[in-house]
Amino acid sequence: MEALKDKLESSFLVLENELNGEAQSAVHALRREAFQRFLQMGFPSKRHEEWRYTNLKPILKPDYRIFPKEDTSVEFKDIKRFFLSDQDTYKLVFVDGVYSSWLSETTHQGFDVCTFSNMLHKYQDVSDAYFAKALPKDEALAAVNTAFAKEGAFIRIKKNITADKPVELLFVSTDHGHEIMTQPRNLVVVEENAEVTIIERHQSLSESAVLTNTATEIFALRSSRLNYYKIQNDNDTASLIDSTSIKQYRNSSVNMGTFSFGNKFVRNNLNFFLEEEHTESTLDGITIISEGQTVDHHTLVDHKVPNCYSDEMYKGIYDGNAKGIFNGKVMVHPHAQKTNAFQQNNNVLLTDKASIDTKPQLEIYADDVKCSHGCTIGQLDDEALFYMMSRGIPEKEGKALLLYAFANDALRNVKLPALRKRLNKQIANKLNVNLDFEL
Amino acid sequence: MLKITNLHANIGDKEILKGINLEVKPGEIHAIMGPNGSGKSTLSSVIAGREDYEITAGHIDFEGEDLSDLEADERAHKGIFLSFQYPVEIPGVTVTNFIKTAINETRKARGQEPMPANIMLKQMREKMGLLEIDSAFLSRSLNTGFSGGEKKRNEIFQMAMLEPKLAILDETDSGLDIDALRIVSNGVNKLKSDKNAIIVITHYQRLLDYIVPDFVHVLHQGRIVKSGDKSLAHELESKGYDWLKEEAAL
Repeated sequence: MEALKDKLESSFLVLENELNGEAQSAVHALRREAFQRFLQMGFPSKRHEEWRYTNLKPILKPDYRIFPKEDTSVEFKDIKRFFLSDQDTYKLVFVDGVYSSWLSETTHQGFDVCTFSNMLHKYQDVSDAYFAKALPKDEALAAVNTAFAKEGAFIRIKKNITADKPVELLFVSTDHGHEIMTQPRNLVVVEENAEVTIIERHQSLSESAVLTNTATEIFALRSSRLNYYKIQNDNDTASLIDSTSIKQYRNSSVNMGTFSFGNKFVRNNLNFFLEEEHTESTLDGITIISEGQTVDHHTLVDHKVPNCYSDEMYKGIYDGNAKGIFNGKVMVHPHAQKTNAFQQNNNVLLTDKASIDTKPQLEIYADDVKCSHGCTIGQLDDEALFYMMSRGIPEKEGKALLLYAFANDALRNVKLPALRKRLNKQIANKLNVNLDFEL
Repeated sequence: MLKITNLHANIGDKEILKGINLEVKPGEIHAIMGPNGSGKSTLSSVIAGREDYEITAGHIDFEGEDLSDLEADERAHKGIFLSFQYPVEIPGVTVTNFIKTAINETRKARGQEPMPANIMLKQMREKMGLLEIDSAFLSRSLNTGFSGGEKKRNEIFQMAMLEPKLAILDETDSGLDIDALRIVSNGVNKLKSDKNAIIVITHYQRLLDYIVPDFVHVLHQGRIVKSGDKSLAHELESKGYDWLKEEAAL
């Protein structure tokens, strides 16, 4: 851990030297400030309350290369499978942290689907207004990302516009015969009464360890509508730390879906800050993991103002010695009356070695609210399984069908047919069964 | 078709079935009656292959083959169907998808191709008509939020789709009002042929006015204590079970 910290420190100096004129910019002042914060905090250890169930040490241990050499050998055919099929989309593709214009499909027609670096150069008003304004200051890895924030996606849907196509973000890591760490940084601004659907994936094409420390800031302005889905299905040498913070303004609606099937290790820090009244937020998650995998979800819904609605549903299926963590905090501030906040976390453990630490955390300081939470940890229902078998469905398929149905609820806010199809297929694959229908 | 010989079965350490003998031939309808706790539901579960029970003696043969080593799904593939007293709710799986999976897994086990979607749909429509089921029913989650009558109709609908050789109807009449009872019974009677057989497990004679049995057996304390024709059911209805219990105690 210390080695990586030192390395980041020297890398930060390199970054500063390469900035030239930009070193005096407001953005860079924020980078520098974030880096100082990181140096003070250091990497979180298990002594840190928010990290007590997860040991980061082995994830931070490899000798990561911070600025991988640019690899231009990736062709569309190498990554085609990561995109939705039968669905026209805007695409932003980054290879080892560097934007690939020939693999991407961007637009500036009525709205911007382009890069973070482009935003920094072209729209100073945007970076002044939004950069490093949503992520909490006390998250060390988000601070690292802010310090190194150079490239990623910039999506701005302008007032009253509905994006004509969904946007797919793909971050690819390639094989350098060396471990690499990347720091993608995304900014999403959905302006007043605008609407967009975004799908984000991180995929390693490498055999070596990859650590992606990504951070996304999202601003859903008044009456905007955003669907944001993350597909976390990387290979077993890839680790992902994702810090996403969303600020919602009056009458906006945000659906966030986090679907985790792959990776060696995933940590999701997902924060919703409800800044104005009458917002709607849903947080859905499906986690299906097996031997050697860990997925750690930390969510926060911060009800700062009255009359907001949030609904969180996380489902987990753990096989082998898989380890799951769910820590869901809902904070209802003293004058956030008429808050509706719901949370549920349901888990199925398929073996004795699989584990889930689940910690619903409701802090309610207002008295006129409707809040509920519940978590369950269970095995499969034997009676339901017998019922299926008595109708000729073999045990394996019956189990898969039950698990499928169990997880499927959390697709409730996935409206895009191509994505639904993709996720259903991925769930079926992960459950190792071939079901010829969509539930 | 079905031959049960000296069947003993336990749940845990408790012996529930204490030597059942029963033979069912194609074309026959058998009714099994008896007071609560006599072992009626255990018998149906053991035939269908529920794992909670241990067969300690005797055996069950179906079309000349010993069933004891077969899993519940394999028994279903051979043509055994159990209509549950309490059908299980399975949220998230629609009636259509469940039936489709059940039929195609059964066909797969029999070495047949999956049933083409249009034929499946046609059959579903036909059988739904038989049971006076609304088409909206098909896209609902299996048994979830169904009324008692809907659950039982759904059981018989599945039976109609799966076309079993031997159907065991476990307390199909419980929870049914008189109209639903008539519809369900009509459905069962229309599915009946000289090739298949039915075992009706029931508490009351009422159902047997609609599904008329060839044989009636009375189960008491894990044994068949009396067998007869349909008049036995009427006798039970008027006299209750006590006289049989006394007779059995002798």
